[in-house]
Amino acid sequence: MLKLVTAVIKPHKVDDVKEALKAAGVGGLTITEVRGVGRQGGHTEVYRGAEYKVDLLPKVKVEVVVDLADAERVADAIVAAARTDTIGDGKVWITDVERMIRIRTGELGTDAL
Amino acid sequence: MESGDVTWILVSSALVLFMTPGLALFYGGMVRSKNVLNMLLMNVYCMGIVPIVWVLVGYSLVTGEGPAAGIIGTLEYAGMAGVVDPEEILFAFFAMTFAVITPALISGGVADRMKWSAWAVFVPVWVLLVFVPVFYWIYGPNGWLEERGSLDFAGGTVIHINAGVAVLALIAVLGKRRGWPKDIMPPHNLPLVMIGAAILWFGWFGFNAGSAGAADASAIQAFMNTFLAGSAGMIAWLAAETVKGGKATTLGAASGIVAGLVAITPAAGHVGGLAALAFGAIAGVLCFAAISLKYRFGYDDSLDVVAVHLVGGLIGGFLIGFFADPEAFGGADFKAGLFFGGGAELLVEQVLSMVVVMAFCFVVTYIIAKALDATIGLRVSEEDETRGLDLSQHAETAYNLTESGSMDRV
Repeated sequence: MLKLVTAVIKPHKVDDVKEALKAAGVGGLTITEVRGVGRQGGHTEVYRGAEYKVDLLPKVKVEVVVDLADAERVADAIVAAARTDTIGDGKVWITDVERMIRIRTGELGTDAL
Repeated sequence: MESGDVTWILVSSALVLFMTPGLALFYGGMVRSKNVLNMLLMNVYCMGIVPIVWVLVGYSLVTGEGPAAGIIGTLEYAGMAGVVDPEEILFAFFAMTFAVITPALISGGVADRMKWSAWAVFVPVWVLLVFVPVFYWIYGPNGWLEERGSLDFAGGTVIHINAGVAVLALIAVLGKRRGWPKDIMPPHNLPLVMIGAAILWFGWFGFNAGSAGAADASAIQAFMNTFLAGSAGMIAWLAAETVKGGKATTLGAASGIVAGLVAITPAAGHVGGLAALAFGAIAGVLCFAAISLKYRFGYDDSLDVVAVHLVGGLIGGFLIGFFADPEAFGGADFKAGLFFGGGAELLVEQVLSMVVVMAFCFVVTYIIAKALDATIGLRVSEEDETRGLDLSQHAETAYNLTESGSMDRV
């Protein structure tokens, strides 16, 4: 059984999270630059006196697929590494993965990790 | 002409021509990324179409003396017929570079919504019906405004006020961009704006100091003033926006440079260096304040051509009435301003010439805009505006940043 651990984090914590995942034994991960809105709110920009409020802030989404037994531990590692104790640190969630295939070999499930 | 003078006008012409691609970058960086190519092409197009119009009829209409002397020239030199004197050819192409950039300035006010075909026709028509007569009144043989004694050293009225008023008339017909002023329309590339402002400043040395017509004392003073007014304009704009909004911005610096340069243009060779600082500083603050006019009165001048070029031009044209100082130029042949013992005479002439040019330009530009709207249509469709003019008008995208898996060769 496989689990997908998804985290949306502050962009400057990417390296810390990558290191933490490596230390937790996670071999591969996918990173996407995303934008989102949450409790953090946005900032304002001013162009020739016209003030704009920017709500959608840049974040980074980290996705890793791990074995069921490792999911909680990996999620905790991300939480510890991404935390700055300020609003806007992001979220981590765990979901089921029905099927996974390694493209090169056709291996399935945990063998494909 | 001495060879040194000829050399300076040759170099100045190239400097002024370089301002138009500079303006393209200045404006291009300020629009959203879906409209940048349209903005660049609106400007660069002027470098192609205007010289053609100019040598065919424009030059003749600003130089030929005929029955309507003082108002408009004749077609005597159409197609440059009989123009063999090198000095005349020199003047023809120096003036041509000004004819190129004037309609280009207008493009900033109509950005993001004007149909390309309408712009393609508007430029040559406007140059002939508005730029050429106004140019004649001030620089033509016995031009009636110049004869009365008003001053415009390098084109504050002919170029900047003219272009700014044309924007007002054109957008009165064209209307606002969809979503303005509620939607966010931030500049997509401020470094481009900065490069553009730098090129404009550089080219402006040819624009102002070249307008002396020789490599002489007047050119040297205009050169110094062009430097000082740009500097003072930048510092004043930065100070104004820091006081008002709390932050100094790159867009503010770029805008302040241009505002100061516009203001000194009509006076470049008529005032001293300290006056140039005053021109720049006053324009920096007042042009910054003038940005708010479009929100108050609800006209969508996309890139603030009115606030920077019209207001800046008016400030410069008005201040000459106070600061013109013929004594500083060896008793040169022009009226002194109020601060230099000339009384209010020059000030009255300055106001008169600016009001006349604004009225003429607004009416004729409005008629051109109405005529274009009724025939080929002035504005793109709602869908084309939303998709962006780069794609809808030119079938191009400015920034293809990813490998396009979705693109196939047709």
